[in-house]
Amino acid sequence: MENKIDTKPVKLTREDFESDQMVKWCPGCGDHAILRSVEAVFPTIGERLGLKKEDFVVVSGIGCSSRFPYYMNTYGFHGIHGRAAVLATGIKLTNPKLNVWVISGDGDSMAIGGNHFIHAARRNVDMNYLMFNNRIYGLTKGQYSPTTYKGQKTKTSPQGVFEEPFNPGELVIGAKGRFFARVVDTNPKLMQKTFIEAAMFKGTSIVEILANCVIFNNKTHGLITGKDTKDDYQLILEAGKPMIFGKEKNKGIILQNNKLKVVTIGEDGITEDDILVHDPTTKDAGIHMMLASMQAPDYPVALGVIRAVPEKPFEQIIWDTIEHEKEVSPYKNVDDLLNSGNTWEID
Amino acid sequence: MTKHNKKTVELESAVVRFAGDSGDGMQLTGGLFSDSTAFAGNDFATFPDYPAEIRAPQGTVSGVSGFQIHFGHTDIHTSGDQADVLVAMNPASLKANLKWVKPHGIIIVDSDAFTEKNLKKAGYETNPLEDGSLNGYTVIQAPISTLTKEAVKHLNLDNKSAMKSKNMFALGIVYYLFNRDYTKTFPFFEEKFKKNPLVVEANKTVLKEGYNYAETIELFPQTYAIKPAPLNKGRYRNVTGNLATSWGILAAAERSGHNLFLGSYPITPASEILQEITKHKSLSAIGIQMEDEIAGIVSTIGASFAGALAVTSTSGPGLSLKTEALGLAVMTELPVVVIDVQRGGPSTGLPTKSEQSDLYQALFGRNGDAPVVVMAAKSAADCFYSAYEACKIAMEHMVPVILLTDGSIANGSEVFKIPKVADLPEINPPVAKANDPNYAPYRRNPEKLNRYWALPGTEGLRHRIGGLEKEDITGHVSHDPLNHQKMTKFRQEKVDKVANYIDDLEVFGDEEGELLVISWGGTYGVVLTAIEEMRAEGKNVSHAHFKHIMPLPKNTAEVFSKFKKHIVVEINNGQFVNYLRMKLPDFKYSQYNKIQGLPFMVNELKEQFNDLLNEK
Ligand code: SF4
Repeated sequence: MENKIDTKPVKLTREDFESDQMVKWCPGCGDHAILRSVEAVFPTIGERLGLKKEDFVVVSGIGCSSRFPYYMNTYGFHGIHGRAAVLATGIKLTNPKLNVWVISGDGDSMAIGGNHFIHAARRNVDMNYLMFNNRIYGLTKGQYSPTTYKGQKTKTSPQGVFEEPFNPGELVIGAKGRFFARVVDTNPKLMQKTFIEAAMFKGTSIVEILANCVIFNNKTHGLITGKDTKDDYQLILEAGKPMIFGKEKNKGIILQNNKLKVVTIGEDGITEDDILVHDPTTKDAGIHMMLASMQAPDYPVALGVIRAVPEKPFEQIIWDTIEHEKEVSPYKNVDDLLNSGNTWEID
Repeated sequence: MTKHNKKTVELESAVVRFAGDSGDGMQLTGGLFSDSTAFAGNDFATFPDYPAEIRAPQGTVSGVSGFQIHFGHTDIHTSGDQADVLVAMNPASLKANLKWVKPHGIIIVDSDAFTEKNLKKAGYETNPLEDGSLNGYTVIQAPISTLTKEAVKHLNLDNKSAMKSKNMFALGIVYYLFNRDYTKTFPFFEEKFKKNPLVVEANKTVLKEGYNYAETIELFPQTYAIKPAPLNKGRYRNVTGNLATSWGILAAAERSGHNLFLGSYPITPASEILQEITKHKSLSAIGIQMEDEIAGIVSTIGASFAGALAVTSTSGPGLSLKTEALGLAVMTELPVVVIDVQRGGPSTGLPTKSEQSDLYQALFGRNGDAPVVVMAAKSAADCFYSAYEACKIAMEHMVPVILLTDGSIANGSEVFKIPKVADLPEINPPVAKANDPNYAPYRRNPEKLNRYWALPGTEGLRHRIGGLEKEDITGHVSHDPLNHQKMTKFRQEKVDKVANYIDDLEVFGDEEGELLVISWGGTYGVVLTAIEEMRAEGKNVSHAHFKHIMPLPKNTAEVFSKFKKHIVVEINNGQFVNYLRMKLPDFKYSQYNKIQGLPFMVNELKEQFNDLLNEK
């Protein structure tokens, strides 16, 4: 097979990133919508960051979601279970010009790859980390994952899961993560907006995508994404805007006794001014942690960018140090090094 | 100085061992003696012997730290079996090291340290200096602590600081014994303690006083001199194996034009490699301490994909953790170098002791048919060249390479002739050209069977790789049965073809004869010394040493066929010998294995070889 070359200049289109490979996810799987959203935003991201299509790299681990690189026409690396974040780390450190995307799932990220996940969050290499959370193992056909609800019956929890599930946002923020966002696979607009924000953020941007596995865990996010319930259970956050939600747009979040509380505007003397205004950039993780922790049905689930606190990314620190060392170090090449310290001449 | 009236005896070589409590600065003392040996123009090799614990209880046998140096007028290949001179700073170090002293050897002790309390801590019931147990040795009892205190009295140091320099008093004594110029060591103090002139003065004074003391009170009936070794013209230095390994990969990065990426995790005895690389950002080398061994190798694979010279360093247990990822490197056919500084296993095993027992793991430790190139460095200085070659093979053949070194050569040091990077062999990785219309992810070079390195960011070469089996040429995911067989064969053949690009196996001694001694990796020096000695005694024995294990040098069978008997010696339970039995089954191999966390001794090897020669 000949390598297809197209020398079309500059302007990127969605077609540039579409692969000719057959997409093999189950019909109705949430992953399809995510793929379409990613394809849709790459041209915009490329334009904003001045990238050519060869500068995108998509890396994954193992699981249904991790087939993703095969379905994108970019440089791609389908890794091994749980290790996508570290593959991406090696790639980005080596060539900081690349725009690196990690595709992973709840099992891949938080079970077998848990260690890498938390360290990726604190290390803060500039990468965009999409974590498809369907609260189940799909590829291995229906075992519980670290995010499966306590008590839920699955193939490996016939009496119900005995463990507490992880909340990915709590893990990321607890691990000193600087960017955390959450979206749902049923809202392409929000996905696209959030993916772009993740890409613009310099550092490890982790986006949890509540995704539906139609086969093994259908409607696990039903309350949050259902047509009739979604407005009451989704709080779409926007920087600088009050945290208002609900079908009637009359519900909001306030801080009371150091806890978040759902209130109704117009009741008990509550006005819009009492509602918390979202600030994703504040360094203090308190409110961000509380927002990430909110769960239905007691609370709406926070969507959009919950936390985005800028800091020089790891690879930039490394390369700045390299530049500095090049100036100050006496070793300009390996010959200098070999001849350093105690040496002697035999004639 | 050097105006003794005493007789000076000339020696071919000598072994000195410094031993003391781990806080006594024995490694520094040994290091300074090594430097002075270099100034004297001798060839030498050293080996440190530290306790496994960082702060083992003071004064106990488990807290003893030792440093041995073998130096001579002739070529020195090992740090020496047994010492001619032992310096023991306390009873525990005497107890731990007496077995390493030659019969009639010289033992220098700090007699002040042989107090009842210290004797008890060391587990002595009676004082060995008094009970006759050291009869036969030349024991030099010097009140080193008292004399050190005296020497620095005028500097008004507190007791603790004063005592810190007592190792220099001992060094001064040994300098005298070997006719060394102590002033050559002064610049070291001036540099190391430049922020503290008082400490500089103390060390200088104590070193000098140690020397003068030995001279004035005629501590020794004679002193020794060793003529310079006839080394080739050039610039020399001292290197440990881990340092040489680090510099070898840095040199390969520079020569290949691909920046070095080292993703690793601390582990004894390999950590120094990571530590060294992190120092050299000025050479655009990235050394990253990852969160675990797996992250170490996987970040390395990512770096390789992106175009770095990608290396990870570890020891046995770490290599076990890297196993799955090595399979990924095999499947994706990316250049990755894994440096395994072997230690005693299995499991945590003997972390500070050396062994050659990771060979099976290196050769076979992966799921599926997953061949990699396996090499082994033969000495501290050779780590430089072996590491360089491992990088060259990995990059030019697009294949993972495991380089085995071991704790002995990693921590041991020897004299290293400094090469020029420009004189090292070229490294030309098969980087795919932008917009090459013929590029396909698994299209191969017909000679080496390598695929091409298409670096992300390059125009016109977008492609995907991964752990799933790939279709020949296109690189699409493939479950096709015949394709899988074909790709498996390619991966093996690609490794086999490396044999066309490595050195032939060399024989030391006659090319045919009675007995061929076969060794590999870090045992080179001691085996060679045994063979040299036996040949000087007129024995019909030759030596073949392997640096390349997978693949073996092409002439291996031919070399073996010229000898009647073959013996394979290794520090494990017989891994290389069994590999040879599988690969070259036409020969009958004897084997000698030592699995004690200790290196071979020249004499024990000679005994084995002589027995085999005498067997009918
Ligand atoms: S098993 Fe579930 S997650 Fe996997 S492709 Fe099918 S629907 Fe999607």
